[in-house]
Formats: sequence, structure tokens, C-alpha cells
Amino acid sequence: MFDVTEIEWINAIYQILAFGVLLLLLKKFAFGPIMDMMEKREQHVADQISSAEKNREESEKFLAEQREAIQEARQEAKEIVENSKKMSDQQADEVLENARKEAERMKQNALAEINTEKEQAISALREQVSTLSVLVASKVIEKELDEKEQEKLIQDTLKEVGEDL
Amino acid sequence: MDSYFYKMDLFGIPWMTVNVPNLILTTVAMAIVFFVTFFMSRKIRMYPTGAQNALEYLVQFVKNIIHSTMDWKQGKNFVMLGITIILYVFVANMMGVPFELATANHDVWWNSPTSNPVLTISLAAFVIVLTHIYGLKLKGPKEYGKDYFRPAFFMAPFKVIEDFSNTLTLGMRLYANIYAKEMIMVMLVGLGASSVFWAFGAFIPLVVFQAFSVFIGSLQAFIFCMLTMVYMAHKVSEDH
Repeated sequence: MFDVTEIEWINAIYQILAFGVLLLLLKKFAFGPIMDMMEKREQHVADQISSAEKNREESEKFLAEQREAIQEARQEAKEIVENSKKMSDQQADEVLENARKEAERMKQNALAEINTEKEQAISALREQVSTLSVLVASKVIEKELDEKEQEKLIQDTLKEVGEDL
Repeated sequence: MDSYFYKMDLFGIPWMTVNVPNLILTTVAMAIVFFVTFFMSRKIRMYPTGAQNALEYLVQFVKNIIHSTMDWKQGKNFVMLGITIILYVFVANMMGVPFELATANHDVWWNSPTSNPVLTISLAAFVIVLTHIYGLKLKGPKEYGKDYFRPAFFMAPFKVIEDFSNTLTLGMRLYANIYAKEMIMVMLVGLGASSVFWAFGAFIPLVVFQAFSVFIGSLQAFIFCMLTMVYMAHKVSEDH
């Protein structure tokens, strides 16, 4: 067996103490900060991932909203177009109707005017006939026609005039 | 091929032997670890660059080791421990790779400090004691005590033996690997220095073996860290 006093106890104790000191020094000056930073980075990455996830969800929601809005807008536009079409149809009908009415009215007016003109013409003619007849009569008288011929002349003249009417 | 270390008894007391080169070498290893990581971690940003990336990769690496052995609820306490172990053991393993310093009469002044069994076993013992401390702290004395009688009461002696054997194997594994590496390296260098012929003959094997030493050193650092976490998991996890 070996001698216990041969063992370098001081070396062993020194090494263990130095090891402890080295451990503390490394922790304080080298690996402590590094491990802190690693932890911080891990946290950072996790935060980034979760925020990215959140952003994605949000954007998806927005997208759905936008899609809905577009759909709504399209629907609205369709409605507007339909309404305007309907309205324009209605207006066109109205205009047409108005025009027809106007035309009718104008026709009526024209007819009435024609009638009055006709009446007037007839009355004027009648007046003329009477004057003519008087004229004819005076002419006949002037010529001194016989009674038969006079009568025939009057009748003919009247007939002639009457036929014109 | 024997190598000696300059030793002195502190205050002339026989059991206070100090291995002076090893004392210096452990200090140097720790200083390297501290200053390298210190200057690598000066500029810490949200968007990591260069050195910060490397250190973060290391942190992630240790975190993965812990994840593979226990729940993160308990495991988060041991990230710093794992990082310090892996860095310290790695640097200590690497120190003997590029060169070794010894006086003409084989007084060694520079080698891998982990090729000394006292250092590796004391580190292993420290780790095992830590597992007990955290077992008590995280599970409470009652659960901690009960663990000795699981899954059956007669397992208790084996569990006690396990604690000692774990300490021994954890330390001896590291020591034996690094010591063997140092020995083979010293032999190859000695061979190369013996004659001009062997200087050419030993060059290629030495280069190959140095590459292998880097591999061994990294692997042992990883294994030490891994086993620390495994033993820790035995003591602190609630179900296994």
C-alpha cells in the first residue's frame, strides 16, 4: 500500500478551491452574461413568433372583412344600377306618355280649330252666297230675263254654290 | 523513462506535501480557461457574432448533455458546473500536447495536469460530493435517504460502494488516458531525439499521435462532463 502522507493533499485542496473560484469567475464574467443573452434571445424569438402569429390572424380577419365589404359594395352597385335602370325606364315611359298626351291634345286642338275654321268658312260662304244671290238677282233683273229662265238661273247658281260646299 | 516532480513539504510537515509543478500547471490551466472565455465574451449582442457564437455553441452543447440525462427542472442548476468541468479538463488535457518541459534529470515542469492521479481523483471526489449535496438540496433529506434503499433494502451497501467506485473510476479513467498519452508522447519524442535516423522516423507517428491526443483529450473532457451529469442525475432525479 502507498503512504497516505505521499498523497499531495495540498494540491487536491488547492485544485478544488481554485475550481470553485474558476466556476464563480466564469459565471460572473463570461457565461453568466452569455446565458442571460441567450435567454433574452429565446424570449425575443418567442415574442416575435407570437406577434407574427397574432399579426397573421389579424390580417386574415381584415382580409375577410375586406372581402365582405367588397361583396357588399358589389351588391350595392348592382342595386344602384338596377334602380337607375328602373328609374330611367320609368322616366322614358313618362316622357313617352307625356308626348303622347301632348300630341293628343294638339290633335284635339287642331281638330277644334279646323271645325271652327270650317264653321267660319261656311258662315262666310253663306254670307257670300247671299251677296252673290243678291248680285245674281240684280244681274237677272238687269238683263230682264223671263221668269222661267230667271228661276232656272237662280236654281243653277244656288246649286253651283251649294255643290261647292 | 521515470519522471519526477519537484515536491516540498509545506512548513516541514510531512503530510503537507506540495507538488509544485502541478500547483502551477492547474493554475495556468484555469487562467487559460478564464482569460480565453473572458476575452471571448466581451462583446455580447442580441445577434451573436464570432466568439460569442462559439461560446453559445458550448453552452448549448453542455445543455444538451444535461438534457440527455435529467429533467431541465433540476438540470438548470448544473450548466455552469458542466461548462467549467468541460473547459478545465479540456484545457488541462491539451496542455501536454504541444510540448512538455522537463529538466535534464527528468524533473517535469510542464505537462498535462490531468496526468496526475491526485488531481483527477480529487476532482472526481469533488463532483461526487457535489452530487450528494445537490441530492440533499433538491430532493430533501428524506427522499435522499430513501434512495439508498431503492429498489430494495439490501441494495444499500452496493449504493455506498457505488459512490466510492464512481469516484475512483471517474478519476482513474481521466488520469489513465492522459497519463498514457503523455507516456507515449514522451517515448516518441525520446525516440526522435535519440538519432538523426529516428528523428525522421518518429516525426510522422508523432504528428499522428498528437492528433490522436487532441481527440483523446476532447473525448475525455466530454466523458468527464457527461458522467458528472449522469451521476448527478442518479442523485437528483425523482424517478429512474
